[in-house]
Amino acid sequence: MDRIPAPMDRIPILRMGDLLLVTIQVDMHDRLASALQDDLTGKIAEVSAKGVLIDISSLDIVDSFIGRMLANTSAMARVLGAEAVVVGMQPAVAITLVELGVNLSGVHTALDVEKGVEMLRNRIGFPERDDTDVRF
Amino acid sequence: MSDFETILVAEPKDIVTVRHAVRRQAVKIKLSLVDQTKIVTAASELARNMFVYAGGGEVTLELLEKDVRHGLRAHFVDKGPGIPDIDLALRDGFTTGSGMGLGLGGAKRLVNEFSIESASGKGTHVMITRWR
Repeated sequence: MDRIPAPMDRIPILRMGDLLLVTIQVDMHDRLASALQDDLTGKIAEVSAKGVLIDISSLDIVDSFIGRMLANTSAMARVLGAEAVVVGMQPAVAITLVELGVNLSGVHTALDVEKGVEMLRNRIGFPERDDTDVRF
Repeated sequence: MSDFETILVAEPKDIVTVRHAVRRQAVKIKLSLVDQTKIVTAASELARNMFVYAGGGEVTLELLEKDVRHGLRAHFVDKGPGIPDIDLALRDGFTTGSGMGLGLGGAKRLVNEFSIESASGKGTHVMITRWR
């Protein structure tokens, strides 16, 4: 039996101004998914983030546990005054999630990180800054 | 590798091992990407059910050949408390745990064949098959 390599025990959260970016690049076991939900919620409060991007383009499955984590994280972000967008879901994953019956109706989604940032900027506006020419 | 592969499920990270093993076998019989995703997801739900409700169990994967068709079958066998009312357990939204209650019913929708046998106090055997 092949063993998968020991996964890292935390998923890094990057900060870009008032946005947080998480790129999930490993097949998450349940505890890792729960830890990410906690870390992300804590980080939103800590830095007063306005938007959160969760990039799942590397995930080749999303089951009900991970689906619930995404839905919970979005709901918690909203309560903390931030908007969350899940980006990059693979088509086969989307088809499977719908048949599985996972309800992601409260979760904003976008095709990729770029469109996700655009969506967030439309919803939360741009941060106040002096060099007004800078755009994402 | 033989046509049988068995994986012990005793802790949450074993669910990931099950997903990878099912994916590998699904690729071997050339299931389409969507069908691979469906059976891997179904296996993930059922492996988690075994862990949550029975404290673990064993997953056995089997490659099938019928006429010219190839299939992947997975057995989920545990020695847990069993499921008293299978019809109820298959209903969406029904859960005695903390999940969404989609595991059994959802897994059933993702495969071509689904069967479940359970005896109170003796355990549960769920079998799923996806044909190419």
